[in-house]
Amino acid sequence: MIIINIVGLALIGMIIWWFWLYTPKETQVRNNEIIIDVKDGVYKPSHIKCAVNEPIVLNFIRHDKSPCAEMLLIPELSISAVLVVDKSTKIALTIPKTGEFEFHCQMKMYRGVLKVE
Amino acid sequence: MSSEETKLAQKDQTTQLSIEGAGCASCVGKIETALKAVSGVSNAEMNFADRTVVVTGHVASEQLISAVEGVGYNATALCRDNENEALAEKEQADKAYYKKLIRDTWLALSLGIPLMVYGLFIGEMTVETNLERISWLIVGIITFVVMHFSGKHFYIGAWQSLKNHAANMDTLIALGTGTAWLYSMVVVFAPDIVPLMARHVYFEATAMIIGLINLGLALELKARGKTSEAIKRLIGLEAKTAKVIRDDKLLDIGIGQVLLNDVIKVYPGEKIPVDGVVIEGHTSIDESMLTGEPMPVEKGEGDEIVAGTLNKSGSILFKATRVGKDTALAQIINMVKRAQNSKPPIGRLADVISAYFVPAVMIISITSALVWLNFGPEPTIAFAMVSATTVLIIACPCALGLATPMSVMVGVGKAAEAGVLIRNGEALQTASKITVMILDKTGTITEGAPKVTDIFLTDESIDVLDKKQVLQFAASIESGSEHPLGQAIVESAAAQNIALLNIENFNAIAGYGVEAICENKQLLFGNEKLMNKRSINIASYVDKAQTFAKEAKTPMYFTIDGKLIAIIAVADPIKDDSIEAIKRLQRNNIRVIMLTGDNNDTAAAVAKKVGINEFFSDVLPQDKAHKVTALQKKNEVVGMTGDGINDAPALALANVGFAIGTGTDVAIESADITLMRGSLHGLADGIAVSKATLRNIKQNLTGAFIYNVAGIPFAAGVLYPFFDLLLTPVSAGAAMAFSSLTVVTNANRLRLFNAKEH
Repeated sequence: MIIINIVGLALIGMIIWWFWLYTPKETQVRNNEIIIDVKDGVYKPSHIKCAVNEPIVLNFIRHDKSPCAEMLLIPELSISAVLVVDKSTKIALTIPKTGEFEFHCQMKMYRGVLKVE
Repeated sequence: MSSEETKLAQKDQTTQLSIEGAGCASCVGKIETALKAVSGVSNAEMNFADRTVVVTGHVASEQLISAVEGVGYNATALCRDNENEALAEKEQADKAYYKKLIRDTWLALSLGIPLMVYGLFIGEMTVETNLERISWLIVGIITFVVMHFSGKHFYIGAWQSLKNHAANMDTLIALGTGTAWLYSMVVVFAPDIVPLMARHVYFEATAMIIGLINLGLALELKARGKTSEAIKRLIGLEAKTAKVIRDDKLLDIGIGQVLLNDVIKVYPGEKIPVDGVVIEGHTSIDESMLTGEPMPVEKGEGDEIVAGTLNKSGSILFKATRVGKDTALAQIINMVKRAQNSKPPIGRLADVISAYFVPAVMIISITSALVWLNFGPEPTIAFAMVSATTVLIIACPCALGLATPMSVMVGVGKAAEAGVLIRNGEALQTASKITVMILDKTGTITEGAPKVTDIFLTDESIDVLDKKQVLQFAASIESGSEHPLGQAIVESAAAQNIALLNIENFNAIAGYGVEAICENKQLLFGNEKLMNKRSINIASYVDKAQTFAKEAKTPMYFTIDGKLIAIIAVADPIKDDSIEAIKRLQRNNIRVIMLTGDNNDTAAAVAKKVGINEFFSDVLPQDKAHKVTALQKKNEVVGMTGDGINDAPALALANVGFAIGTGTDVAIESADITLMRGSLHGLADGIAVSKATLRNIKQNLTGAFIYNVAGIPFAAGVLYPFFDLLLTPVSAGAAMAFSSLTVVTNANRLRLFNAKEH
């Protein structure tokens, strides 16, 4: 029983570490455009870095057919878009302030962060 | 051409082309150079990744296509604003996905249902003999095949998101069904390591859960389609083609190719393709689809017309002034879409929970298994497995996540159908809590277009002038004035075909009136203060003037050579339905206050007519804002309604600013809520819809909370020690499948809401 309990607690620890404590790698926007694949339940890449006041294009390509992937929201920038399956949806924006702006689906299952420096 | 028109004409348009045959990066330069060489193109940028090129300039797309073809490639114009096409594509993709989900459902249920019937009524799902081992092994393999064909998307999704440090609904389903299947296979392959009492297989749970969740997803997809019906209807208003006159030829071209200043022909029964100004012809236009106003509006030369409205009677020629994303309809669609996807503050808690939800459920599932293993009755391992699986399956992150957005989507759409544009979720929520509504008088309660109602001649004028002559003098002197009351007099004279006389030495005395010399007579026209200032004796007629004021009319004194000749009364008529709309607001326990820059007598008369008890007169625009803040300090939630120009500071300060727009000039960026038609019923409709939407959100959040928060401990077995009650994984699967469906269906109920009844 002790071993089972230890394994159980270790699993809980792993869940916390894997999902909540992990800091993902950031991808820098190059040539003012970045392609973000909406695939297998996630945005790839999900953590994007860009410069303040620089015009950028977020090019979302939705591969997932699930309706969960349909909407893309960037609430702080009042942006929302319908992503059509197997199509590219371009969002052109220039962010005038630094900070972190979350983008996600309606249910926040797909999530990403736009870090503006 | 006005300066604004010039600006519009000079503004570049962008056209997106899809390029075929561009195989290497060097083609990019070739195509860009060819496009830039076309006269009128200011820039061309190609994206090699998706083979599209964005051209900036003032050129028809046909010219651009031939330029690309000239250098050896094929090009097609991508109509970037073609919402109809995108919508059709989306619907087609949804349809195909729905079919797939239904196929997956039947495959999984055709295994799950017989197994469940067997377990419930025919035999035991236990492994005791070798024959049972072999039989269950075969069932286990068939279940695996079902998992592969019907549930592959869950497992792939779960694995991919796991790799990316993310967790979603797929993770829970994959873990739950996977655990049930793995446990059952352990029982089949190595029954000895499992206590006798726990040698039970759960293949039916795996198959049933996959079937039910696919069914839930399919039904949700169908129901979701209905939530966006309002936006579909708006998008459906866009015409697909336009008849443009270019080089003296009438061309039928796609709406995306219409350029600014194009001359467009519209026949009766056709939709207006883009916004513009009529340059030839006369017709009546049905604007009801945008404004909710049932009566067609007469349009002639110089009148503005808007895209999406319907030409009823005559053929017209008009010049395009706003095309593509700049048309009022495109802006309305854009705003509704944006608002539909914004969240009111009430949904923020659910957002925070959603973000941590799936890993938290996994932790609860492990904890529950450990508790059963340590403290549960025999067979502990079976109880631990059942509770862990049930916890994973019952928790549906979708229900919680969908609770708010689905209702907002339907609510905002419903309001748009009633001609009320809600800017965002926050405005929607605040509008439902309004306790005080401030109404500006002119243009809000009244038509905003004053008219001459009475011309009263004094004893001095008898035998000297008649009413027509008085009006001729008054209109002549006011023709130099820009005051709305002066305009009313000029218009009244024009309506009676009265020619204006030449005037000299015109002088406008701000806040008082005007004076001039006409036909060698000294004319003076203005209010009581002006008469007093010029020491003109009006004592005998002050009562008459007050009588006019009490009838909600503004009296003005007209004198010739120092003698009072007439009192001209001007009134701004109250809109037909203002009284009923104000009653509706009051019935909903909203305190209605009127503000006006007009004098006290006129204000009191208007307030009395429309049934408002509280009003403030002689209020300057900046003082309107002070009134709003004063009420807010008393903890009132203040709604302010105005025409969006003079009332801008008050609209901005109010908790919810309502701007009155008209079909042709929708000031949609200026307020929290825009009423597309002038009627104040829009206010009551907007508030009723926002209240209904908030109620719907609360119902959804409560339902989702019960499913997710209350359902989890129940699934973990907290009731078992007291009532011997433990949920099965299959019932949890059904609960999960139908939880999000319930939320979407409840949101759809809002579509039946009739704001007019409230």
